[in-house]
Parts: sequence; C-alpha cells; structure tokens
Amino acid sequence: MSIVETVTESLAAYPGASVKEVRLRVGALAAVEEESLQFCFGMATEGSPLAGSRLVVNRLPVVLHCEPCGKDVELAGVQSFRCPVCGALGSDFRQGRELEIEAIEIDEVDGAGHQPAGSQSQAEMHTSKAQEAGK
Amino acid sequence: MTTRIVELRRGILKKNDELAAELRARYAAAGALVLNLVSSPGTGKTAFLERTLRELLARGSRAAALVGDLETDNDARRLAASGAPVRQINTHGICHLDADMIGKHLDDWQAVDLARLDYLFIENVGNLVCPASYDLGEKIRVALLSVTEGEDKPLKYPTLFNSADAAVITKMDIAEPCGFDREAAVHNINEIRPGIRIFETSSKTGAGMDEWLSYLAEQRAVRV
Repeated sequence: MSIVETVTESLAAYPGASVKEVRLRVGALAAVEEESLQFCFGMATEGSPLAGSRLVVNRLPVVLHCEPCGKDVELAGVQSFRCPVCGALGSDFRQGRELEIEAIEIDEVDGAGHQPAGSQSQAEMHTSKAQEAGK
Repeated sequence: MTTRIVELRRGILKKNDELAAELRARYAAAGALVLNLVSSPGTGKTAFLERTLRELLARGSRAAALVGDLETDNDARRLAASGAPVRQINTHGICHLDADMIGKHLDDWQAVDLARLDYLFIENVGNLVCPASYDLGEKIRVALLSVTEGEDKPLKYPTLFNSADAAVITKMDIAEPCGFDREAAVHNINEIRPGIRIFETSSKTGAGMDEWLSYLAEQRAVRV
C-alpha cells in the first residue's frame, strides 16, 4: 500500500506519465517474501497509476563490518552472523535491513515536460486516488 | 513517449519509522522505559508480563501495559489482575502493532500519564515475522522463546531475533520433560544476535525473575 502511495505522490511531477516498472531494494533481513509481494502488488496497484507495472525486487545480502579483519564482508545467508573469512561473530551491520523503493521507470508524455514537484492540485489528486486504491 | 528512470530512494516503512521516532522522543521526555515484547503465539508473553507487572508493582515501580491481539480483550483482563493499568489494542486481522496504533492508544488513555510511569510494556501480536519490521519507538525489544518451541527458532526467524535487545526463554520449569537443549538454544540465539542478554525464566515458579527485574532497573537507570 505504501508503495502505491509513495510512487503515486512522486508522479505528480510527471503529468500523464505511466509507470512501467517499480524497483525495490530489499535486504536479506527485511522479512520480505518476494512471491507474496509480487502477488499482492497486482492487487494493490489495481485502479492506481501503477496498474500493470512490473515489480522488480533487488535482494541485497547482509554485509557486516568484521572487527578483526578490519573490513566489510558479505554473508551467504542469514543463519549465522560470522565473518566468512575469520569466523568472528559480528553485529555491526552495514547492509541487509533495506526496504525501499529505489526507482521507477515511467513513460512520459512528450511535451508535458518535467515540472518541479509540487503542482499542488496534481499531488492532491494522486494522493486521494492512492487512498481510494488502498481501501 | 519518452522513457525515464526516476530515482526515489524512499523507505517503504518510512511513515512508520517517522512516527516511531516521534514516539521515542515522547517516551524519553516522559522518562518511561518502553519495551516491546515479541514472540510466537503461545510462548507465554502474557504470563511472563503478568508476573513482571506484579513484581514491579510490589517493588513500588509504576508500570503499565499495552497488549495487542487480533481479537478479544482476554489478555488485557488477565494482565489487569496484576493491578497495573492495561489497555487492549485489537488489530482486527493485522498481524503486528505499528507506531500509529501505539500513538493513538496512548493519546486517549485516560488512566495513564506517561510522565508518571517507570515502565511501559507493549505486548505485540504473537508473530515472529512482521513485528520485526515495525519500530514502535521502544528502547528495548525483547524476543521470547519457550522451551516447547524448539531450539532452532532463532535460526528459523533470524530477522526478529537479530533485531532484539534481550532474549527471554520461558517455561524453564518444564524444560526437562520437553527435552529442551538449553545449550543449543543459547548457542543459536548468539549466532543470530551475538552478545545479547539471555534470561532463563519460569513465570510459574518465578525462576530467573530476579535477574530480569534487575536488568529492567539497570536499563531504566542507564537508558532513560
């Protein structure tokens, strides 16, 4: 739901544009199941400006800063938070909890041009649409 | 038609995170230590909290609790027997509490003034997945695990255990008949959250409660 809302708000600057793709960055520790997310995305976007768009989920592995090695190391999974090089347990996370919308790909209407964010009426219109879609 | 990539870089749970930050500031200003208790359904969160509230009140501390469930106010009624002010939050199908629910329930809670509380406990909806992602502004997130659940629960639900500040093992009084492997459980918790404080407790016999209550007092002294 909040994906639809955020993307719809950002579209205010691109009147008439349609969304082709929504790209997410999801850390391995973010508790997101891609299949269910994909399934829900179709339903959640119905009737919104995002309808029919593709959802691309970029998974990010956990990256720990290993104190003994003095550098950041990437982990293969989330079953153990030991440095794969020296075996020390680490808790200094540098990556892995992300849950964000990275970017969207849109088709712009030629001539409509890019207006700086905040043509207020547009923003309001899109927001209320998103809220309707959210119900 | 021109195709364009628009960078957004917006957190999906940003709204919750913002509300949680406001709550955190509010708790700090009031001087109340706030804890978020998370576990599977049936781990014994309510029994553990019941005992905690009772013992805190007996020691002269001021404590209150918010308790989340999909339906019924059974838990609130159980907890209220401790003498502490308790308020039920019914989520009606939602599997976790979020910062907005907490804020609203604090706003119109006549019986409780945060500034006059030492401790506020939030008993989350029984679920080991989604509550991990929703910050409630708490200072301490407590993950509970009972001896009947299997020692590998922390490995199965790493996100939640990894986000915890303290771990509580419940129902230690029946550890033996359950064949509970204490060492394996402690090892697994440490693999997921190195160095975390672990309390081995029984809400029935009171085992481990003194250590837990000292921890609460310490945390209140340090962190509020």
